[in-house]
Amino acid sequence: MKRQIPLVIVFVFGTLMVIQYFVPHENSEIVKGFLLDWIVIIGIFALALGLWSLVQVSIDKINSRKENWEYPLVTLISLTVMIFFGFTSHAEDASWWGYFLAIAVLLAALWMLAQGLMGNAANRNVKSLSALGLVIVFSLLAIFDGSWEFKFYTAEGLTNQMFVHFFDYIMIPLQATMFALLAFFITSASYRAFRARNLLATLLLISALIVMLRFTPGPWGEYLAKTSSWVMNVPNLAAQRAIVIGIGLGIVATALKVILGIERGYMGKG
Amino acid sequence: MEMISIWIAAILTLGIFSFLYKDNPLYKACEALFVGVSAAYWAIVFYFDNIYKKFYEGAVTAEEPDYFLWIGAILGLLFLTRLVPKIGWVSRWPMALIVGATAGLWMVGYFVSNAMNQIGNTISNIIARDELTGAIAWGETFGTMVILVGVVSGLVYFFFSKEHKGVFGATAKVGTWFLMVTFGASFGYTVMSRMSLLIGRVDFLLGDWLGILR
Repeated sequence: MKRQIPLVIVFVFGTLMVIQYFVPHENSEIVKGFLLDWIVIIGIFALALGLWSLVQVSIDKINSRKENWEYPLVTLISLTVMIFFGFTSHAEDASWWGYFLAIAVLLAALWMLAQGLMGNAANRNVKSLSALGLVIVFSLLAIFDGSWEFKFYTAEGLTNQMFVHFFDYIMIPLQATMFALLAFFITSASYRAFRARNLLATLLLISALIVMLRFTPGPWGEYLAKTSSWVMNVPNLAAQRAIVIGIGLGIVATALKVILGIERGYMGKG
Repeated sequence: MEMISIWIAAILTLGIFSFLYKDNPLYKACEALFVGVSAAYWAIVFYFDNIYKKFYEGAVTAEEPDYFLWIGAILGLLFLTRLVPKIGWVSRWPMALIVGATAGLWMVGYFVSNAMNQIGNTISNIIARDELTGAIAWGETFGTMVILVGVVSGLVYFFFSKEHKGVFGATAKVGTWFLMVTFGASFGYTVMSRMSLLIGRVDFLLGDWLGILR
């Protein structure tokens, strides 16, 4: 029962999607549209599970005071603050003090709640009551402070000044710098990889150099750009096609195994 | 406000770059901050894109509500049963729907786009002709011939059910030449894209933050 029903669901919906492809009818497209919508909606609940898992793992690390326990705290604070920004709007020209006070109270309430739920049995009641008190204070602030309000049913949070600032000046710089950091490691990797030891290594070296030097100014620039374009569009394309064809056939084989119930890894244990 | 934001962005940028010296508390703090902020950002964006725009506006507030969307929401709620160990097995149902529907969709879609279309593009129009005069374009024809040889030899290299010996082995060897050119080109491409990002960050530090570059 626990494992048979999922197998039937996989078979029915997998077969339905395959048949749907070969039925050029409006209703067939509607069925496909519904299934894709359901997948997207289910996906957001899966994301919620992922977030819960992140919170749980972080709180466990903090409570056990394992090495580097301070960093999950940074993760939890930034997660909470960013979500708060995303679900609230702040009135233009209004004071920010009430808004930031509400964030501080919210963080304190969540901290007390986490301590109350997962801390020592002796302090559990005191901390849970403190969390309740802080939640009441937070609710009062949300009701009576007119400078900000919750926006769950309109996407105003996405244009909240703080949300946009966190995206532009925290998330984007961190993301871009992390990828930029790879420039240093990839340079050291190329020092080791680019040695013309044999024919294959020489081919790797030459094609990489041609692609890297394609924007070089000067008399060689145009020639290198043309050669690079040929390398990308002819030999590179050929091998890419061979790889892509292999991937396509691999996906077909795997999908068949899944639909027919041979591959069951997605069900986990139990 | 913007000045403070630029300073924060600069400190975070330097925090990540500090990893080049060695792993340190500032880098770890920046990393933890990134995890939290990006997880929350994508959660908010997905919430408004999917739950709000697709489900709430489609099934709740619409003039003609789409009640079928409720099935998706109910299946989504079933997914959360994973949090309750005793009934956690129910979460396999929505998972099975995602896996089954995606497998069916991809099986045909990828077979057409990745296999059939690629084979079709490789073997069609091998003799390229000039669009205006109709004469054989020798340069392009040479290119399509090389592509044909590269695809066939590359596929032969990935065929492990037969030992790579004789003509088959020689063809597979030619396939490895093409593969190495591709790996080199991809590596070079990646190096250049990372360099471009690095230039962007240095430009930010020296331009927006310190004001040396204008």
